[in-house]
Amino acid sequence: MASTDKVVVHNPMGYPPKVTHKAMAPRLDTLDGKTIYLVDCRFDDSDIFLKQLQAWFADNLPGVNTVFKQINSVYTQDDPVTWQEIKARGDAAIVGVGH
Amino acid sequence: MTIDHKYQVPAVAVHTDIFERATKSVSRVNGMPRMRQTYVPQPIMGKTPEQLRAYIEGPDMVTGRPFMQEVIEGLTVPFNQDDLKNASFVRTTPRLCEPDTEENLYRLFEENHWTDYLPIVLPTEERVEEMLQHTSHSPDETVGHMAPTHFREHWEYIVEQVAVNAVMAGAKPEYFPVILAMAASGTSARGSTSSSAAAMSIINGPIRHELGMNPGIGAMGPYNHANATIGRAWGLLSTNLQGGSTPGLTYLGSQGNAYSFTNITIPENEERSPWEPFHVQHGFKASESTVSLFSGGHATQFTLGLRENFWQQHVRNLLRGMDPQSAPVFVLDPITANQFIDRGGFDTKEKLIDWVYENATLPAAEYWDYQLIQNYIYPRATFGEEPFASKLKAPPDQHIPMFEKRNIHVVVVGGETNGYWRMINGRYAKTVSIDEWR
Repeated sequence: MASTDKVVVHNPMGYPPKVTHKAMAPRLDTLDGKTIYLVDCRFDDSDIFLKQLQAWFADNLPGVNTVFKQINSVYTQDDPVTWQEIKARGDAAIVGVGH
Repeated sequence: MTIDHKYQVPAVAVHTDIFERATKSVSRVNGMPRMRQTYVPQPIMGKTPEQLRAYIEGPDMVTGRPFMQEVIEGLTVPFNQDDLKNASFVRTTPRLCEPDTEENLYRLFEENHWTDYLPIVLPTEERVEEMLQHTSHSPDETVGHMAPTHFREHWEYIVEQVAVNAVMAGAKPEYFPVILAMAASGTSARGSTSSSAAAMSIINGPIRHELGMNPGIGAMGPYNHANATIGRAWGLLSTNLQGGSTPGLTYLGSQGNAYSFTNITIPENEERSPWEPFHVQHGFKASESTVSLFSGGHATQFTLGLRENFWQQHVRNLLRGMDPQSAPVFVLDPITANQFIDRGGFDTKEKLIDWVYENATLPAAEYWDYQLIQNYIYPRATFGEEPFASKLKAPPDQHIPMFEKRNIHVVVVGGETNGYWRMINGRYAKTVSIDEWR
């Protein structure tokens, strides 16, 4: 075959699923007076980071109530118990640290 | 994503900056392209509270704006039209590439990250058609679904697409049922973990001889066409059928793994093994052909034989050198398999596994201080899951088992030029029938 001849080959990729939009929660008007859950995904010292974040809020935004909360198991598992608690008692969440 | 979408609680995610590309991709393919994400420096692990406070008071590593400003605005600034753009989309995979010269196609495949950067066999229609003759299954039959991690979307693939990747690996058409069985398992050989896992397979049954596989001298090395290309095909099909294995995006292994080129492919030396074959242990008949799949391959311990006086101490030393989060597969030359019977009376694999479980121990304080145990076992222990919860109650100096017994495995392979043997860490996924894919 000459080097300029063209050949036809298959594409090796599989079939991706359709991606459907997922609506996010509306944002808050203000953080003042609100309860923010600081959710520890329990990976590689995330707890130390989030406790420093909690300290930052206490120093800079004392009107914000923060709750440090570790997930119930490993980050690979869903945790509806924790999400339901946050839904019931919190106004927002900061989840970390993914790494 | 779950708490923001499903529970409608406004949320901000914090990541380290090295994962920017991957995290934005994950949110996009999960239908939330404008999920609020913030980035601090890598690493978090091992940093002091003061250093982490400095991260918080410093800039977001992606936007350059103050990190806390990103956090607060992520929770309070309303959405705009940009947040809804392109959130839903359809992607397709064309069956064929545009016709081109071979040189350009090799470049295309490499630039698209469709290869392992070694030369491939171009998957022409003729070659793929020849591969398809070696299965009774239709080319358009769905084989399975696969993703590089559990939080990415699962891609679907058909028999023909598996054949394409088998051709690329240089596999002969008669190997195709083995490769289809691997694909049908849904177990990726290109799992994305920052730990850089590889993959391992154990092949049992008559198929080993039908295909001329080598369970003897050099079995795990580059000395047999079937061993090499079947393992390579698993890697390529994983890369392409799961939607990619691209560094920084769909592959985050920090160092990579040299086993990944052909993966560890082990046709068990059933004929020279003193024990039951691996697949018979898992409920199959000896006359059936199967492939058993593992992920891991981070660690390899190695020694020669079992000495008469200190063999137990030597094996314990090797076990304690493993990370306790991933149990060992004992990969034994037949000489060493027989030595385990001579030294310890282990006339079954199960008896050897019992002994390994009882002797692979660490003081509790040391065990719980491993980072991977902290990440993956400690959380489960704190919420009462056994056997971890009981281990957590042990006094610091008490020796506790490193591994769960059910996660310890034994396979026999090698050509008896000497009694060298290994432990390779591996997480067993499943055993799949090859015969179903003939």
